[in-house]
Amino acid sequence: MSILHTVNKSPFVNNALQSCLRLATRSDGILLIEDGVYGGLSHTRFTPELEQALAEFNLYILQPDLTARGIIEQTHPRIQQVDYAGFVELTVLYDKIQAWV
Amino acid sequence: MKKILFIQRRPPYGTGFAKEALDAILMASAFEQEISLVFTDDGIWQLKTQQDTQAVGLKNFSPTFKALGLYEVKQIYVERLALEQRGLQLQDLSIPVTLLTTEQLRLLIQQHDVILSF
Repeated sequence: MSILHTVNKSPFVNNALQSCLRLATRSDGILLIEDGVYGGLSHTRFTPELEQALAEFNLYILQPDLTARGIIEQTHPRIQQVDYAGFVELTVLYDKIQAWV
Repeated sequence: MKKILFIQRRPPYGTGFAKEALDAILMASAFEQEISLVFTDDGIWQLKTQQDTQAVGLKNFSPTFKALGLYEVKQIYVERLALEQRGLQLQDLSIPVTLLTTEQLRLLIQQHDVILSF
């Protein structure tokens, strides 16, 4: 049983993403959406933790939320970008969804 | 006339805080108050260039910051620490700002009559 975790809060504001990374299982997927996309960037204070997570989990990030915030160029190259259709596909691919709101 | 300092600490689209703050700033300027505006923490994302909200169905309000000068809001600051923690540089921001050290921001807060934090 694998889980798709969604994180919609900035890692600079609260510890939702950190808790998700601490409690997720290696075969799980983690999708960053809404303000959660600020956790998927290069050259930030959070990037070292992100790169550790990239070695352990399948990380995805919602492209429309990156575009809205003007940060697509700063997005970490090793996170897989998905559109809304890709989001739906992920919900089918994994057995369960856990939303870290 | 009161010296009012607006502190913007939230990113632009996840909640309504950033847009509400901008409305409050424009409102305060209509009453001819002396307004300063500082962006720190995730608030600096409000100034990020290249925002395009078409796909998420929200209004992109970032161009409004360019009009703040017309509303006599001319003292706009960014805390340098917040910029550095997010891997951003001045050229990533959509308007000219004055960078502040944390100590300078502490003084700025002390120097204002009213502090409104969003």
